[in-house]
Amino acid sequence: MDVVSQLQRQFLDFTTSLYREGFLDDQFVQLQKLQDESNPEFVIEVVSLFFEDSEKLLNNLSTALQQHIVDYKQVDALVHQFKGSSSSIGAQRVKNVCVSFRNYCEEKNVEGCFRCLQQVKHEYHLVKSRLDALFKLEQQILAAGGSVPMIA
Amino acid sequence: MGAKSHHMVAVKLNEQLGTKRKYTFINRAWLPKILVMWILLVAFVSRIIYNRMDAENKQRRKEVLVSMCDQRARMLQDQFSVSVNHVHALAVLVSTFHYYKNPSAIDQGTFAEYTARTAFERPLLSGVAYAQRVVHSERDEFERQHGWTIKTMKREPSPLRDEYAPVIFSQETVSYIESLDMMSGEEDHENILRARATGKAVLTSPFRLLGSHHLGVVLTFPVYKLKLPTNPSVKERIDATAGYLGGAFDVESLVENLLGQLAGNQAIVVNVLDITNSSDPLIMYGRQYQDGDMSLKRVSALDFGDPFRKHQMICRYLQKAPTPWTAITTTFLFFVIGLLVGYMIYGAAIHIVKVEDDFHEMQQLKVRAEAADVAKSQFLATVSHEIRTPMNGILGMLALLLDTDMSSTQRDYAQTAQACGKALITLINEVLDRAKIEAGKLELEAVPFDLRSILDDVLSLFSEKSRHKGIELAVFVSNKVPDIVMGDPGRFRQVITNLVGNSVKFTERGHIFVQVHVAEHAKALLNAKSETFLNGGSEGAALSGTCHFKTLSGCEAADDRNSWDTFKHLIADEEFRYNASSQLIGPDDAQNVTLMVCVEDTGIGIPISAQERVFTPFMQADSSTSRNYGGTGIGLSISKCLVELMGGQINFISRPNIGSTFSFTAALRRCEKNVGVDLNKSFSGNLTMALEGLKATVVDEKPVRAAITRYHLKRLGMLVEIVSSIKMAVATSGKNGSVRPKNKWQPDLILVEKDSWISGDNCGLNLRLFDWKQNGRKLKLPTTVLLATNITSVEFDRAKAAGFADTVIMKPLRASRVAACLQQVLGMGKKGQQGKDMLNSSAFLRSLLCGKRILVVDDNRVNRAVAAGALKKFGADVECADSGKAALTLLQLPHNFDACFMDIQMPEMDGFEATRHIRVMESKANEMMTAECTGGTGEKKSEWHLPVLAMTADVIHATYDKCLSCGMDGYVSKPFEEENLYQAVATFFESNPINDER
Repeated sequence: MDVVSQLQRQFLDFTTSLYREGFLDDQFVQLQKLQDESNPEFVIEVVSLFFEDSEKLLNNLSTALQQHIVDYKQVDALVHQFKGSSSSIGAQRVKNVCVSFRNYCEEKNVEGCFRCLQQVKHEYHLVKSRLDALFKLEQQILAAGGSVPMIA
Repeated sequence: MGAKSHHMVAVKLNEQLGTKRKYTFINRAWLPKILVMWILLVAFVSRIIYNRMDAENKQRRKEVLVSMCDQRARMLQDQFSVSVNHVHALAVLVSTFHYYKNPSAIDQGTFAEYTARTAFERPLLSGVAYAQRVVHSERDEFERQHGWTIKTMKREPSPLRDEYAPVIFSQETVSYIESLDMMSGEEDHENILRARATGKAVLTSPFRLLGSHHLGVVLTFPVYKLKLPTNPSVKERIDATAGYLGGAFDVESLVENLLGQLAGNQAIVVNVLDITNSSDPLIMYGRQYQDGDMSLKRVSALDFGDPFRKHQMICRYLQKAPTPWTAITTTFLFFVIGLLVGYMIYGAAIHIVKVEDDFHEMQQLKVRAEAADVAKSQFLATVSHEIRTPMNGILGMLALLLDTDMSSTQRDYAQTAQACGKALITLINEVLDRAKIEAGKLELEAVPFDLRSILDDVLSLFSEKSRHKGIELAVFVSNKVPDIVMGDPGRFRQVITNLVGNSVKFTERGHIFVQVHVAEHAKALLNAKSETFLNGGSEGAALSGTCHFKTLSGCEAADDRNSWDTFKHLIADEEFRYNASSQLIGPDDAQNVTLMVCVEDTGIGIPISAQERVFTPFMQADSSTSRNYGGTGIGLSISKCLVELMGGQINFISRPNIGSTFSFTAALRRCEKNVGVDLNKSFSGNLTMALEGLKATVVDEKPVRAAITRYHLKRLGMLVEIVSSIKMAVATSGKNGSVRPKNKWQPDLILVEKDSWISGDNCGLNLRLFDWKQNGRKLKLPTTVLLATNITSVEFDRAKAAGFADTVIMKPLRASRVAACLQQVLGMGKKGQQGKDMLNSSAFLRSLLCGKRILVVDDNRVNRAVAAGALKKFGADVECADSGKAALTLLQLPHNFDACFMDIQMPEMDGFEATRHIRVMESKANEMMTAECTGGTGEKKSEWHLPVLAMTADVIHATYDKCLSCGMDGYVSKPFEEENLYQAVATFFESNPINDER
């Protein structure tokens, strides 16, 4: 039991830090709310969908921006997608970078786009590692026989 | 492309400016040139004027000179000829008395005497003398006879000559020439020869006269011995010559005398010339060196009677022509005037140009200012939206926070935060409204709505507050106001809410009374009333002194006209005419109806000084107001705008510390009842049915309040009678209930106002009531209900003890509430009615969505998953499509989806387009269906209309408008939020019959 409560505390601290540092926003809370007995894996499903999508999108973005003539329309559409999915899971920092990314896109600013791409990659990996860690913690809690505490 | 369009814009702008500038009738570039040309023209004209005047002057001068000269010449000539005639006469004298008489009758003495005495006749001649012709042969004889030798002019004995002409007679003035031979002088010699040949007077050329040094001429006249035949030959003349009479003309003094007699002789210079030898004119008078004005001279010919000699007179002005000051002054004045006129016109033109320039500048500034204003409004709108979005987040999070377990302190903090946030949202909405109105983006709806229920809603909003403050809050809607009107219910409600809200805010005691009347009707009555009020002023004054006013609460109101006196007229008139008028008002008049809404309060009023800026945005009565009462002061200005949009006016009467009465009018349209049947469902259903026809007695000492109570009861279909005290109620109900005629009023209900109950004598009342109760046992027992604004538990207990029903109807009265209470009292309430409101949104959402087939369209997998998850959570059966096209294929008719959530921004086919396709598809199907149905039975199948809700992340208003214009039914903001989803879904699932959860 001690282990479980320790893990639970750890989980809570970690989650609040995620919110505090702005990696996640309340949409993630909403997402967690949607998860119930009928759909126990909902959050993980959605988030892994997000990961898959994001990898693809980031790859596409890199290739699109390496083109000789950059198709900003295409880039913008990709970023829009990315922004939509990130905001859906509440990956706030990724979303914010996406917003500025789109602005650079509008200005057709290659350098800005590149910078944003790097940033968004960076943020994505950050949030991915955080979420992975979070899920790992969750698994551990569950494995230890505890229940995942809810934020809010 | 960009440059091109820029160019186009520039050209367009220029064109616009050009067209704008067209009415400038002054060409500014030409102005200085025109001025210079004008000056030149003026100068030129001045020059012409000057020349003309100068020429005139010269002409006149010349004429004067000519006339003067001619005059002088003529006079000189006349005088001369007179003198010549005299000499002639002397010649005749000599010939008569010297030669025809023998011996001679004349000797030197006689001659001298005679000539001296007749000298006045010859003023021009210095003297006359007679020389006898002596031929050489006769010389000696002659000399001997006279006793002297003939001498030459040089006083020497004359040399030998053929002929001599010694002077024998002479005037005394020239006696020195006696014995001188005239022939010896060259001039005289020649003269003598010419004279005797012609027989006329002849003249010498001018020479210095002997004796005087004046210039002179000698006149010589021949004297003949014999009478000459007519037309004698020269030879005959010479032979007949006896001697010569001569006289010296002193021309100088002659002319001098002459000129002296004439006026203006100083002005001119006169020269008299002998021009016999034209190449060498000899001066007879005047100086050799001519002075005077050389530019102008006049030559007059002189005829001194000697054909051989020619003379002329030359006149000049002594002075040069005087400077023509008149001409110069006139010209100068003309020039100056011309210059001034030109300059004035120039100045005016410059001024006009300047004014025009200024005008254009102002116009541009105005355009810019307007643009800036619009930009400001747009900015405000945008910013408000931008603030709203995070605010919604804050509020949402607070709502979530309130759902969690918290300590009471935390809960209190969170609730305060939520309240503040809500207030902020309200403010932002107001600012947004204001900005939208200013940007001209606000458009009013025209939908049928039930005015009374709106007023009930507004009242219910404030009921808590007013009850808390102990204020009487009441609404009254005139019967003449149609049940259903066309207009913008939201905005109408906003205005009333604002006014009532203000009233509630600023009122601590007394009442707030909302009245709605038909404007024409109320106006006519109020005007009539105010007249009578003026006439009966003393009565009114007396009334106000008693501190008891016939208003709703008995407190004085700002607008006297709203007191019971008027109100009763309004009601009375209404009742009197209501039945008749509904037929009287024809359909033509029926279309438009102007309503007048009054909100009367007995609050702190508005200071006189602040009254005129009440409707200015962000202006409150004074700055302390916002400290004491909060608020931004934008509400009234928005209300004013809204009222003006609704085609009405808003105004108010306010007296400090007495209260304010705001009234506004709004032009609405009547609406046929059947259109809006479903609208007044709030109490048109079973609620009222149950109460219809019941009789009620209202016990209230305040007539206005009683009238309002009656109004609400009447809305429920009840019959109402008003009495002012419980005693009277009992009285009207019949004593002891035993002997009561059938037509007597027998109430089912007695509604007693708390004030009336408390102020009435308690014990007696109780007794009576009990009395009544006991007696009435056989009859139907009227239920007594208490009406109260607020009630303490003690009072409540007492009321129960006094025989009132358990339920106290709490003010403010609302038809639905009254109905509910009465049903409860009368025991026919339906418990189920309240159930609906109790549901919280989450459960309700579940109930709404449970079992529904919903299509989620989004190209983003993650979004799709989240949306689907959220909807599934509420029990919906969710299907997904990843593009607009896929959605369309799934939605091919007939399909069994109940709703569709559509992402807006998707590649290939966006949400708008997909929805348009869906609607086209549906309308086609509907057309076909109606075509099939025609001729069939009256039953109508429900038409295809799939509710489509947009899912969008940026919820700006424009997007919403676009959603609606594309045929979408609403939108939910992405990511999903419970409340948002609930609101969106509730609107169109509620009426869905399949969905009735109970």
